[in-house]
Amino acid sequence: MKRKRTEIDVVKPGWFTTIQDLGRYGYQRYGMPVSGAMDRFAAVVGNRLVGNPDGAAVLECTLKGPELFFRDDTRLAVTGADLSPTLDGHDVPLWECLNVRRGGRLRFGMRRVGFRCYLAISGGFDIPVVLGSRSTHCPSRTGGLDGRPLRAGDLLLGGSFDSDVDGDVERLVGRRLPDRLLPRYDRSVMLRVVLDSRRELFQDAAVSTLLRSVYTVAPQSNRMGYRLIGPPLPRADTHHFISEGTVTGTLQVPADGQPILLMVDRQTTGGYPPIAVVISVDLLFAAQLGPGDTVRFVSCSIVEAQALLRTRGYLLDAALPPITVNRRSL
Amino acid sequence: MHLIPLGDSAVTVELGEAVDPDVNARVVAYANRLIEQGWNGIVDVVPTYRSITVHYDPIQWDLTTLTDRLLALSCSYPREAEPQGTLHEIPILYGGDHGPDLEAIAAFAGLEPSEVVTLHSSVCYRVYMLGFTPGFPYLGLLPEKLAMPRLPTPRPRVPPGSVGLADRQTGIYPIATPGGWRLIGQTPIPLYRRSGLDPFWLKPGDLVRFRSIERDEFERLSCEMAHDHDRPQLRPRRV
Repeated sequence: MKRKRTEIDVVKPGWFTTIQDLGRYGYQRYGMPVSGAMDRFAAVVGNRLVGNPDGAAVLECTLKGPELFFRDDTRLAVTGADLSPTLDGHDVPLWECLNVRRGGRLRFGMRRVGFRCYLAISGGFDIPVVLGSRSTHCPSRTGGLDGRPLRAGDLLLGGSFDSDVDGDVERLVGRRLPDRLLPRYDRSVMLRVVLDSRRELFQDAAVSTLLRSVYTVAPQSNRMGYRLIGPPLPRADTHHFISEGTVTGTLQVPADGQPILLMVDRQTTGGYPPIAVVISVDLLFAAQLGPGDTVRFVSCSIVEAQALLRTRGYLLDAALPPITVNRRSL
Repeated sequence: MHLIPLGDSAVTVELGEAVDPDVNARVVAYANRLIEQGWNGIVDVVPTYRSITVHYDPIQWDLTTLTDRLLALSCSYPREAEPQGTLHEIPILYGGDHGPDLEAIAAFAGLEPSEVVTLHSSVCYRVYMLGFTPGFPYLGLLPEKLAMPRLPTPRPRVPPGSVGLADRQTGIYPIATPGGWRLIGQTPIPLYRRSGLDPFWLKPGDLVRFRSIERDEFERLSCEMAHDHDRPQLRPRRV
């Protein structure tokens, strides 16, 4: 089968647009952050819609999307936040696979809902794999396009592998994520958390404060983490916390009591005590928050959190089965 | 041995209470042993001072099964069979623009700057863990006399290779980042290389000695490293 190449010009880069996949695993013990798509669900769905395996590279666009010029025909899907995408002036339906013709121009407008949107194209973005992943980690200039966000004038190549479903293009086009699986992003969300079992790290009032207060995402928030502004969570002053591994979704608490929600570019280890961890199925809602948005927390058990993740996996697989392809370059 | 779940997809295995070389040796041995098992769905194993954080895929593992398996994987490791950490000698140009806090550290310790250099490079440090940025080693223990607290306000940009200290720790910034440690010198050897066969120079459990170098050697090594030469290596020996 002839390998399909797609050339895409970056006319405008957008505010902060990076290449991401599902993350760089296996190197956290050397201090290498995981990175990857903030909203993994949106990245996975985008890839499945266009006939890619879940881990193909996608574009993560933040707040203000890029302007892209397609030099070749391809298929694309825009998922995640609604940043008002248009193709040649027509609204692009989100969570749906569509054809784009040679000469097509994709633009984005104002933020309607969510903060990060994903562009998946047929065959994925052809980017060298660094330490097992194509994800961009900007602070260490690793992965993606030379470890940096997109710039005007960049040329993106699509099609890092052949897709077995190429003969079935018509079946893919127009396919969309069923409504019942569409995430309801909001600027004010309730996130479920697993409370840390070490209650001695905090004063008694801290957990109840966390569970009955509203926190606002501060402007100093990025892919590493969100600073949350709200009632302080008093730490136990007797306890000296020794640095340990962190996970995405950790709510860690510095001395001032203002929690920080760790996201995908988080440091692999941390010296601030954790009070709770956002459960995996709710991370996509956290990923779609921007400065000024608000969040509340509710407690959940580990068993329940894992069951929710399995259930969502079954439902997604039933609606959009995962795609396996003959990948030329991993 | 203590297991602490972190959310729905990680668990921390605690092997001790304190920052201690023996506890950390068991941590590194346990982490290596766990990695050797090659269990499916264990996506990352992160040894730290006194614990190991195990990241797992909750689709493939439930916490009870994983806990049982982690407990069964004995943390007692015969001393003789324990893999020895590599000893590295890291050249440092101390003071001046490369170590802008050397004078302040000397004043804090009540020593001459040259005595601070001698003291800092007299110790064989253990790589307790890596974290903060790719390849950043937490080295200890720093001599008590030099245990100066962090800067009240971190510098917005610390140049790569800078050697810093904070409390009883010393470390090296592999990439340019903000940083609050007191800067004593700089090494020309890259701790993190994006390309190449050995992206991360130091591994948990390795040992490090610092060697004070002059400007000409710093310049020569910088030039060699810019041309992707191998990093300096000591002849292998047991440490």
